[in-house]
Amino acid sequence: MVGKDRKLRVTVSALGLGLGMLLAQGAAEAADKVKVGLMLPYTGTYASLGNAITNGFKQYVAEQGGKLGGREVEYFVVDDESDPAKATENANKLVKRDNVDVLVGTVHSGVALAMAKVARDSKTLMIIPNAGADELTGPLCAPNVFRASFSAWQPAYAMGKVVAERGHKNVVAVSWKYSFGEQSVAGFKEAFEQAGGKVVKELFLPFPNVEFQPFLTEIANLKPDAVFVFFAGAGAAKFVKDYEAAGLKTNFPLYGSGFLTDGTLEAMGGAGEGVLTTLHYADGLDNAREKSFRSGYVAAYKAQPDVYAVQGYDSAQLLAAGLSGAPAGAFDKEAVMKAMSAAAIDSPRGAFTLSKANNPVQDIYLRKVEGGQNKVVGVAAPKLADPARGCKLMK
Amino acid sequence: MDITSFLIQILNALQYGLLLFLVASGLTLVFGIMGIINLAHGSFYMIGAYLAFALTSLTGNLMLAIVLGIPLAFGFGALLEKLLFVHLYKRDHLQQVLLTYGLILIFEELRSLTVGDDVHGVAIPDLFSASIALSDNLSYPVYRLVISVVCIALAAGLWWLMQRTRLGMMIRAGSFNREMVQSLGVNIDMLYRTVFALGVALAALAGMLAAPISSVYPGMGGSVLIISFVIVVIGGIGSVWGALVAALLVGFADTFGKVLMPELAGLTVYLLMAVVLLWRPEGIFRKG
Repeated sequence: MVGKDRKLRVTVSALGLGLGMLLAQGAAEAADKVKVGLMLPYTGTYASLGNAITNGFKQYVAEQGGKLGGREVEYFVVDDESDPAKATENANKLVKRDNVDVLVGTVHSGVALAMAKVARDSKTLMIIPNAGADELTGPLCAPNVFRASFSAWQPAYAMGKVVAERGHKNVVAVSWKYSFGEQSVAGFKEAFEQAGGKVVKELFLPFPNVEFQPFLTEIANLKPDAVFVFFAGAGAAKFVKDYEAAGLKTNFPLYGSGFLTDGTLEAMGGAGEGVLTTLHYADGLDNAREKSFRSGYVAAYKAQPDVYAVQGYDSAQLLAAGLSGAPAGAFDKEAVMKAMSAAAIDSPRGAFTLSKANNPVQDIYLRKVEGGQNKVVGVAAPKLADPARGCKLMK
Repeated sequence: MDITSFLIQILNALQYGLLLFLVASGLTLVFGIMGIINLAHGSFYMIGAYLAFALTSLTGNLMLAIVLGIPLAFGFGALLEKLLFVHLYKRDHLQQVLLTYGLILIFEELRSLTVGDDVHGVAIPDLFSASIALSDNLSYPVYRLVISVVCIALAAGLWWLMQRTRLGMMIRAGSFNREMVQSLGVNIDMLYRTVFALGVALAALAGMLAAPISSVYPGMGGSVLIISFVIVVIGGIGSVWGALVAALLVGFADTFGKVLMPELAGLTVYLLMAVVLLWRPEGIFRKG
């Protein structure tokens, strides 16, 4: 009887122990998940960019066996439609309703500014995979807001140096009259005039107007040594085509910063050939990470990756670095942030670290359009850090 | 500004104005004669541009693509009228806005599914790919001049159709009193279907002609919709002649706004509209 009793007791306690372990394991599993909120454009003009970023992000997660820093990734997805008017509400959906640990987004700078406000107010960790508005890591910077792409200032400043080094003295700058365009022109002007050049005229077009003819006539009239532009998407394709058709390209060499020739070369036809641009990524970069990234991307998505896919991939890398540097168990935001700030990212674009304002300190490449590709010519500005003017974290 | 560049800016303004007329003419027909607020007008422009892209890829020639594209767009317009718009004539403007806004979303999504979201280019036909030198360092693409000529021809053709043909007479009569025209033995349903299909074909033609210079991209319809409404309102609803004058005015306001007061360039067109509406609330050529 006694023996039987004891046996029963042992069995019951063993069972209890097992159950307890199971429960503990369950709890640990729940804590080990990281909830990622992807807020990106999946419809509208920037849909292809949103998809490329998502693909890049998921590729890195897949390479790590579906986990980041040992944690399962659970996605919550919102289409931001590149609509700043809906941005706050969309970001709040992810932060308040879905309780995401990390907000990842977005392409459009206006939307990203509203998202960053939500992230600052709710102290949610945020990673920006594209939007380049200087403010995001400038006056509006925050310890929990990180950028895996670039600031408008970076490629524009690098281009100012290049154009001055190539012996041009008088330059006309053309862009859309919106913050990204104005910031690009300002960055260019800063470097170019420091080096002794002069921006003789700044021509701004109301966004998204693409009737360039009056400005082309003006450029022909001003006869500058060169022309600096910032445009993106269909506007970029149209500008470069109109510029060539007006016969200006042979007389006044064209320089651009940022995305002038990214994703637009097919639409430009031959008009883009020979145009020089600066960006933090280029075709034909020679590093091991780029090669493995490219072959993996092509295998997974049957398409060539672009700069947007790289930025998505690096957003995931940045998050992984943070999670790996934090203790296992419950999501410790402070520890993740600290590890992210200190991260050294081995990116397909080349290795980069983060500035105190959480913007990449990275090589800006000079690229030339050749055979429908943005071929790397050299490094226009090595390890260039955004000055992050007005950012409190810089002290 | 010296005299040469002033003259070139006038050419720019004329050329832009004529292109705007082409885009807006279809809207003024549908809006003015049938009384339908067609927000999907920009979508028809977008469909035209994508038709040009698809058919040029298929046939290798933009001219052939346009010749094939016009009847396709006309047929598509007639079909849409038969299936959807025919139900709108007796309904109020809110329902028209809802339906045509819905169509914008559907057409955009269909475009995204079938062609994707990349920016595409359409090659200018070899025949018109040259440029004419205007000054020592500026030349003008022949293709833009060709577009202007086509626009002038279309404006003349439309005027002739509306003012000098029996069909035009019936259309004008139908816009004043639908029942009366019907009771005189005119097949008014067929007449309206023709007008609507014509409007769609004009918008699509504008898209096809503009495709080589503007590229083909998602959301391209939205950019022309607002300016088209501005032109229709300035010119007077339903007036082809008014649309032409208004389009040219807008072309001049936009071009010289950019050159002379770049800080206000985004406003000049709307300032023009405000001034015209204060002066003539019904638009320049609408008999009030």
